[in-house]
Amino acid sequence: MSTSKIGYDDAYDLQAKRLSVKKPEIRYDKQGDMTDDERVEKAMLHFVKDFGSTAATYLDACIHCGACAEACHYYKVSGDPKYTPIWKLEPFKQAYKREASPFALFYRALGLKKKVTVEQLEEWQHLLYDSCTVCGRCSLICPMGIDIAAMISLARHGMFKAGLVPHELHAVAERAEVDGSPLGVTPTVFEDRLEWMEDEHEVDINIDQEQADVLVVMSSIEIQKYPQSMAATAKILNAAGASWTFRTDGFEATNFGMLSGNAEWQRDMSMRVIDAAIKVGAKKLVLPECGHAYMALRWMGGNMYGKPLPFEVQHISEYMAELLNSGKINVNKVKQSVTYHDPCQVSRRGGATQASRDVLKHLGVELREMKPGGDYNWCCGGGGGVVTIHRADELRYKVFKLKMEQIEETGAEELLTSCANCRQTFDDGQNHFQWKYSMESLLEVVADNLVEDEQ
Amino acid sequence: MELLDFARGPALQFGLYAFVIGTVWRLLGILLLAAKPDHSAPRKRGGILAALKVISSRSVTAREFRQDTLYASVLGYVLHIGLFVIVFLFVPHILFFKGLIGLEWPGLPNNVIYFVGVITAGVGVALLLRRMTHPVLKLISNFDDYFSWVVTMAPIITGLIIPIRFGIRYETLLAIHILSIAVLLTWLPFGKLAHAFLVFFSRGTTGMVLERRGAKT
Repeated sequence: MSTSKIGYDDAYDLQAKRLSVKKPEIRYDKQGDMTDDERVEKAMLHFVKDFGSTAATYLDACIHCGACAEACHYYKVSGDPKYTPIWKLEPFKQAYKREASPFALFYRALGLKKKVTVEQLEEWQHLLYDSCTVCGRCSLICPMGIDIAAMISLARHGMFKAGLVPHELHAVAERAEVDGSPLGVTPTVFEDRLEWMEDEHEVDINIDQEQADVLVVMSSIEIQKYPQSMAATAKILNAAGASWTFRTDGFEATNFGMLSGNAEWQRDMSMRVIDAAIKVGAKKLVLPECGHAYMALRWMGGNMYGKPLPFEVQHISEYMAELLNSGKINVNKVKQSVTYHDPCQVSRRGGATQASRDVLKHLGVELREMKPGGDYNWCCGGGGGVVTIHRADELRYKVFKLKMEQIEETGAEELLTSCANCRQTFDDGQNHFQWKYSMESLLEVVADNLVEDEQ
Repeated sequence: MELLDFARGPALQFGLYAFVIGTVWRLLGILLLAAKPDHSAPRKRGGILAALKVISSRSVTAREFRQDTLYASVLGYVLHIGLFVIVFLFVPHILFFKGLIGLEWPGLPNNVIYFVGVITAGVGVALLLRRMTHPVLKLISNFDDYFSWVVTMAPIITGLIIPIRFGIRYETLLAIHILSIAVLLTWLPFGKLAHAFLVFFSRGTTGMVLERRGAKT
């Protein structure tokens, strides 16, 4: 068991050196100085704190059929029953039955459900963080309709408060909370990189406009690793004739508060962007190619704000589809066969599956869907914060092989997605397996093929 | 008091009260917890129609998962249809319901019910064996799973024995059958068998949450 505080600043950067902590194979990370009892108490308190009738309905309804295992990539590649999605919630189910369920009194009085122990929570750290991307496939197979992925996120709230988060993910989330970016991108760095892209790609980039109809935000992965995405975004918005801006006081779309399970940090991170959008009077917030940012701001942003957001929120693929469908921008046809990797939080969990198909249709590509594809697509294995957890790499590569097989079966020439986190997971997998496919960005393909007259 | 009188009288009455009170208690215990408001702008209409959509659609496994869940799904279907036929289409049961709620409906011939009973019991055994041997099910199963299996199977087995008798008095066999039903009714709201009514709430909730996002349900 390790409680060491190694520097994990680069944990989210897959090109940086990965930690090679091999022993012990199972490592339980702990943050803070708490007794074991305090950890358990905090975990339970904060799990139950966010509890509502929805969560109670789900935890009460499981019939232990085990179907969810069949939908989980971790179970599929390992055959290990501990990766059964509902099992990942076992201590929290146990706690719910004992502490909050309708018959909690009987469970406690008759000793039918034991108190959760810190050892259980430590063991479950691997199941709740290292081996769940919150992709939500399991939520689609459950015959009782239990949204297991949503429950995993709730359980992470308890784990965070108990100081039982994998160190790397905790460090990345802390960095994002303190510095405003999981990769340490400061407003100055952001501005410098925008100016660099402006020169490099000869495109006008609007920065810190006081008023704009559209506020555009980016993810740190794009800013640092795929900066051309910023130029591509600017190209498209300029071509559409939009009144738009980037803001240095609200540019980071990723939300590691949400992924790590810290609800307060999640709110802080969301509010930076929401405040910036309100400040410029934005009618629309356009999110970058980032899956979890879509979940954080499109579907949870209003809940962080405490009331409906005074602006529309769109993923960049939705925005591009809207511009293309309305004829505000046009693209040249791309004569290639393409397969598209759906980011789980945008498509399956977010409901924007059709947008990318619309964009691909305008591009004129031959779309070869994976099997299963679209909303049933296998996750790349890097979501839910898993990509930051270095000790999870081995398992992540196993899961990635499933994805590789799926893609190879399509025989498509090109591979596209609309999520920078998926993209870097693919880049890392490509490098690891010396794979022939390179992941490309839907946004960049659109920008590269814009009909120039429209600009 | 004869055993049959006890079974038909206080035992069954206790079972029915436990069933009603336990069900109401469990549902209120869940539904009275605060529901969190969702301030996101909906893509589609959620509400009751979305709930009804998923309540019905989750009855069929999505095509993408069908191959992996085929065996358990088929057995599950046979078990549930079998239970429905036995409980609601056996003439003596219909007469019982008539006495209870005043409504009656046509039943099936006894031999058909016995055949369905044997099939249902067989499927029950197959499902139990699967639970005891499948690595996933072995891991996630607990007392509730096995006890619920026993109390579900007991009325079927005791019902099937009645026409065979094995030299035992009809009244005694009938009393045992009714007692097993009383146990089933008593247990149903407290354990996993409550999925008989919880299924509408869990599927319905997911329908309302995910449909308003326009997400796959």
